[in-house]
Amino acid sequence: MRGILSFGAYVPYFRLRREAIVAAHGGGGGKGTRAVASYDQDATTLAVEAARLALRSLGEDARDLPASLWFSTTSPSYVDKTNACAVHAALRLDRAVPAVDVNGAVRSAVGALQAALAADGPALVAAADLRTGLPNSTDERDGGDAAAALVVGAATEGAPVLAEHLGGASLTEEFLDRWRVPGEPRARQWEERFGEMQYVPLATEAWKLALERCGLEAGDVAKVAVSGLHSRSVRSVAGKVGAGTGGVVDDLTTAIGNPGAAQPSLLLTSLLEQAEPGQVVALVVLADGVDVLVFRTTEALAAHRSLRTLEAQVAAGRDDLPYLKFLSWKGMVTLQPPNRPEPNRASASAAARNEDWKFGFVGSRDRGTGAVHLPPARVSYQGGALDDMEPLPMADAQGTIVTYTVDRLAYSPSPPIVFAVVDFDGGGRLPVELTDVDAADVAMGGRVEMTFRRLNAAEGIQNYFWKARPVR
Amino acid sequence: MGSHGIKDRVAIVGMGCTPFREHWDKGVDDLLIEAAEETFASAGVAKDDIDAYWLGTAQSGMSGITLAAPLKLEGKPVSRVENYCATGSEALRQASYAVASGAYDVAMAIGVEKVKDSGYQGLNAFPIPNDGTNRTLTAAAMFSLIAPAYSKKYGVSEDELKEVFARIAWKNHHNGARNARAQFRKEMSIEAICSAAPVAGGLGVFDCAGVADGAAAAVVVRAEDAHRYTDAPLYIKALSFVAGSGAGLIDPTYDYTTFPEVAACARDAYAQAGVTDPRHQIAMAEVHDCFTPTELVLMEDLGFSERGHGWQDVQAGVYDLQGELPVNPDGGLKSFGHPVGASGLRMHFENWLQLRGEAPSERQISTVRAAGGDRSLGLVHNLGGYPGEMVSFVSVVGTEPG
Repeated sequence: MRGILSFGAYVPYFRLRREAIVAAHGGGGGKGTRAVASYDQDATTLAVEAARLALRSLGEDARDLPASLWFSTTSPSYVDKTNACAVHAALRLDRAVPAVDVNGAVRSAVGALQAALAADGPALVAAADLRTGLPNSTDERDGGDAAAALVVGAATEGAPVLAEHLGGASLTEEFLDRWRVPGEPRARQWEERFGEMQYVPLATEAWKLALERCGLEAGDVAKVAVSGLHSRSVRSVAGKVGAGTGGVVDDLTTAIGNPGAAQPSLLLTSLLEQAEPGQVVALVVLADGVDVLVFRTTEALAAHRSLRTLEAQVAAGRDDLPYLKFLSWKGMVTLQPPNRPEPNRASASAAARNEDWKFGFVGSRDRGTGAVHLPPARVSYQGGALDDMEPLPMADAQGTIVTYTVDRLAYSPSPPIVFAVVDFDGGGRLPVELTDVDAADVAMGGRVEMTFRRLNAAEGIQNYFWKARPVR
Repeated sequence: MGSHGIKDRVAIVGMGCTPFREHWDKGVDDLLIEAAEETFASAGVAKDDIDAYWLGTAQSGMSGITLAAPLKLEGKPVSRVENYCATGSEALRQASYAVASGAYDVAMAIGVEKVKDSGYQGLNAFPIPNDGTNRTLTAAAMFSLIAPAYSKKYGVSEDELKEVFARIAWKNHHNGARNARAQFRKEMSIEAICSAAPVAGGLGVFDCAGVADGAAAAVVVRAEDAHRYTDAPLYIKALSFVAGSGAGLIDPTYDYTTFPEVAACARDAYAQAGVTDPRHQIAMAEVHDCFTPTELVLMEDLGFSERGHGWQDVQAGVYDLQGELPVNPDGGLKSFGHPVGASGLRMHFENWLQLRGEAPSERQISTVRAAGGDRSLGLVHNLGGYPGEMVSFVSVVGTEPG
């Protein structure tokens, strides 16, 4: 029996109120908010957040569990180079665990999930997307930035199956609904009615096929989620497919927007967070065809603990992001930077030597004195012992702000820099940049945790490292 | 093993210092030539009389050729040295040791920085390829961490501390207004200083040193030869340097109210010079006032004020131009700006003027013997880096041997 062993979703801290978009373009009204990745986040760092949550809810040694890592996004920071490798490094997965991108189209994500469910061994399947379009577009308004990660496979010690994969169906057809030229921010769409005429019959057929294959009636299904960027079809399919079932879950578009490639696993996470043990749940994905996945939750689901539920994250966002800041973060407008030199590209060879520190946030601890070194050092500052250190993973450590400052002069993609000296629980100090924070809310004694971010990019090189953010 | 110093074995016999300015019309070569020529004239020597040169520059040139080419030195050893913002002092230290060792009879230390060709405000370090995880904060932000820490540790309110910092800025601008070589020659009111635009943390624009181009130089010889060049040599009493381990950044016991590198450096310098009571034995100090909180902490690390009481001494005027122990009588980095390679030598230049009674009357201090006081020692403190990770230089110089 294969199925879902763990799940984790990540919704960025910032929200843009849709009324702020409408108002900026001279209109009135606008309902709900969309989630916005911060200026220091990309699809890779969002995927790391979600994957950390999925792994950590499995316990301390969970990072040894995945035998493969699959990463999907339509907004990769690199092509040619594999983005999943940075996710792999940030999670400190074993070298023997392959990490691959299944990128490009929105459908790639659900394809990767189906492939992982059909493969051997436990797999970590992560999807993340940053969605927008030209200013004042539907995609800008209805898109969202988020990530979700699932650990799938057979039950193992400490990782029971939470939802058994019962089967499903996939139907594929070539038709032109939505397309985007690589590198362009703007997606284009054929007349909406045309897509609806394609998707709705396909979904109806695939749904029927999936239920037949699983030996189920619609009435056996407790909850359905329908995912897709063709919102008119999504509504229509939800009405048709959901009719005989226990109901359709909210697709969260009003609260966070549609996160494209991340939406299927995000909604699966939502389904599982809401489901009771022993229920059948189904996911229908409309993207260049239709995919239906059917699961039955197990008794183990009751004992599963989400470290940070999707529901809580949806509720916790900060919704006062100015529209102009949103546009600058999305690269739609260029704001005047501080008159300081821009950062140089990070050195590939130095980054490779220091992979554990840079990507994994692994320091070192003096075996004799216990002194913690961030970054890791060969000679101890306490006692001076040479090469008597053990690696000390610190990514999951929390800490306390000892002192802090706001730098209004230093270069930042979104000034000012808020910077704190942090003492970690259990030892270790690091002066480190804060993120997802308002300078006015920072105080000595504040609690922080670590988050994987993109500090800057130069010559196309994404400079990833860790920052601290308030524990919320 | 031990740090023995070279007390009274080497003397400065000539110095020069260019005005510190935004020298849009002068390059590195011009600044070096100006400082060198003024110094040659001060010592009564020609360039060929100098046996070896030490050039301090952080990033205005590489190798000794940076000096040898503009001065057209023929067959001379020239070493380019760098040690963060203490680069100028490091050049003097190396030149002095070379003379003390007997390797050379006459040496020149010269420091220069051409900062204003970068096109950016402030000082910007030359980028060294790295893994991208280094902090990218400005120095202002790093030093701004002192204020809240000091406030908390010693129970001085942040508002009161802001006034203390403003008084330090006021004092240095007051002194700089009396110095033709200084970049900023305008006195500033406490109110104007306090209401300046914020830069980092609680620090405003006037809590920060300016940026300028400049050069300064010194000729050093063996002490026994000094009177061949001048009737009033300045003897090297102590030269101390500490490069920090960086432990302060990662050691949870570090509290941002002191610079341990400076305290250690001062102890070593005082031991070399035989100074046991710096507040009462030293006539003046030129210290590294890159930011106003830095100067406050230095008063304690250098042993001038008791721990936690430096702010009271500042407010009481102890360090004013005619105070008990004048600090930065030339106006300091606040008034001069900070051409990195030159600043350390500029600080020595003020000692050269003041201790020998050659400062202009409007800023001549009265603690020195040459001006009716009873002290003959001056101190230079020069640092580079940040709280937690810095280099520190301290020298003691004096007009009298023994």
